[in-house]
Amino acid sequence: MKHAFTFLIGVTVSAGALPALAQSGNLDLPKSIVAGSAFSIQSTSSAQGVLYIVGPGQVLKRDVQPGQPITIAAGDLDCAGHYLAVLTSGSSTETGEFDVVPGSQPATLSFLAKPSRLPVGLQSGISGAVYIFDAFQNLITAPTPVSFQLSIPSEATQSRTVVSRQGAAWTDMNSGSKDGNAKFVAQAGDVSATRVIQQVPGDPCGLKMSAKKVGEQIQLETDPLRDCSGNAVTDGTIVTFTESWNGGQTTVDVPLKHGIAQAEVPAYNGARISVATGVVMGNEIRWANQ
Amino acid sequence: MTGGRLLAVFLCLATVGLVVIGTLWPVPAAAAWAGGTGGFISSSSTPEGAVNNFANDLGHHAWQEAYSTLANKGKFTEQDFVRDMTGSYPGLRTYASLDNFEVRPLHASDNEAQVELRLHWSTVVGTFLDTRTLQVVKNGDHWAPVWPIVKEQHVPPQVIPVTYLRWDVIYRGPEDDWGAQDVEAPHVRIIDMHPVERAAGVVVLGELLNEDVVPAYVSVKATLLGKNGSPIATEDSFDKISHLLLPKQVTPFLITFPNVSLSDVDSIHMDPTSSLVAASADPVIEIQNQKLSPAPDAWFSGSLVNQSGQNVSIAHVLGTFYDQSGQLVWVADQYIDRALLPQTPVSFAIPVPEDLARKISTERAVVATYSPGGFQ
Repeated sequence: MKHAFTFLIGVTVSAGALPALAQSGNLDLPKSIVAGSAFSIQSTSSAQGVLYIVGPGQVLKRDVQPGQPITIAAGDLDCAGHYLAVLTSGSSTETGEFDVVPGSQPATLSFLAKPSRLPVGLQSGISGAVYIFDAFQNLITAPTPVSFQLSIPSEATQSRTVVSRQGAAWTDMNSGSKDGNAKFVAQAGDVSATRVIQQVPGDPCGLKMSAKKVGEQIQLETDPLRDCSGNAVTDGTIVTFTESWNGGQTTVDVPLKHGIAQAEVPAYNGARISVATGVVMGNEIRWANQ
Repeated sequence: MTGGRLLAVFLCLATVGLVVIGTLWPVPAAAAWAGGTGGFISSSSTPEGAVNNFANDLGHHAWQEAYSTLANKGKFTEQDFVRDMTGSYPGLRTYASLDNFEVRPLHASDNEAQVELRLHWSTVVGTFLDTRTLQVVKNGDHWAPVWPIVKEQHVPPQVIPVTYLRWDVIYRGPEDDWGAQDVEAPHVRIIDMHPVERAAGVVVLGELLNEDVVPAYVSVKATLLGKNGSPIATEDSFDKISHLLLPKQVTPFLITFPNVSLSDVDSIHMDPTSSLVAASADPVIEIQNQKLSPAPDAWFSGSLVNQSGQNVSIAHVLGTFYDQSGQLVWVADQYIDRALLPQTPVSFAIPVPEDLARKISTERAVVATYSPGGFQ
């Protein structure tokens, strides 16, 4: 909305100035100005006038006194882009163009880290992208070194340094072998942003259960479930016990609690009992009543 | 002109005649739907007539009238009878209405008859069938049905401690900066997909795995693409899926494309979606005694046992059937019309198409449950 309004004013001012351009001179302007910095414009006008500065995100208006420089204070012009300056004084018009460029010092980072949760041991599984902004939220398009660090508890920190292109820098990292929260930090200059990447256990490895008779039932219990890196599989993970006998079948989906899954199924002599979680199969037991 | 008048008179007479016929000899189902009582009551001078009247009363939820016509009402109370019809605890039956019914005489003697009553109850998730075989006895000049009451088991008052895991979620807030992190949607994967052609159209069967460590609310959408790559139709699994998947849980899904031929389909675009939801690992439902009765009258049956402490209002059983090579053959489902009480078995029986039943080698069942309070 702000930009649309600015654009409207810009078009109006420019359209008003255009008929006069044929009889105008050129303003003496710097080629480029760093966003937010102070600068002055020297006018040759001998009468009072008005200066308009019109850009993609901002419009300024200043009264001009004859023989005095026009001063733009620090912070007045902070939106990067290409600007048009128009000085109208009596019947004469002076124009000029200049660029407002972003400051070179990063002030804020927009850090997009994905995913926020992933299994351990995934190559290039974590991606990070950074957009670098100056103090006035202008994208710093000049090449800027950005360092990425992924710190995983009890593992070596992974580091990469990437030079930004057109204001963005990105990289990817491997997830570690231990579950837990990893800190993913991006830093440019003195500014840094941190994201937390939750590393979760992978698929269970070596799913194994045992069975014992309790009354008229068979009590099934898995060994503590771990993934292939030795991390305990998350509680709540569904483990499916299946008992097949003589054309019949009993199944029960139970969530893992304190690392193990337990279920009771009817005790049928000669029953075949299997265990699985997701697409991982475990051992099989053939039950014989004592 | 005369011909037109004759036609008008004929149409009027025919209309009046049909109204009279419909009033005097209504179709039982239509009578039940019409909501009338007295005028539609058939005579109880025959066993079928007595059961018809009884079923009409059920259709109007006129429990008192229905109970009063029973020959064995001394053996149970009216409340027992109402509980048999509507369930003791909130479930699918509680909110069902009688869509239609069929009365089939099995055999009869002078004083006793046997009649099969098939009650088709209508619910928000479709209809379910309640079949009862009734003895009908002659009592003076009329017949009275003997109701085969099904008494629901009651769980004695007690406290059942449960320590199942719960997942709660804090999402990013509206005030968070652009680029700030949000919680990741669960990672789900289709592990099996198989289109089959049936009389009704194309059916896409498959299985979906939650490979994440958090619960997921899932759905699957499929788009059939024609030979020129343009979409033919898009459908989703609707309720032929278990929408809540706990970590490493697998659900079957079935998507139906009516009036589409498989020969017109070049490829299928599958679109599984998942979102992170708060959920509980409770209740755990054991599925006991699963059996597939062979064709021609193929049924997949078993019983559900709620191993947790809370009542489950509605249970939805999804059966997945595989051939000898492990290929998915069919997915069928059934809603259980009664609430699942703790440690109380409730049986289910899902019909399986005869032609497919001959191919089935193994089967697997999962249960989706719904209780007041949603996923909490």
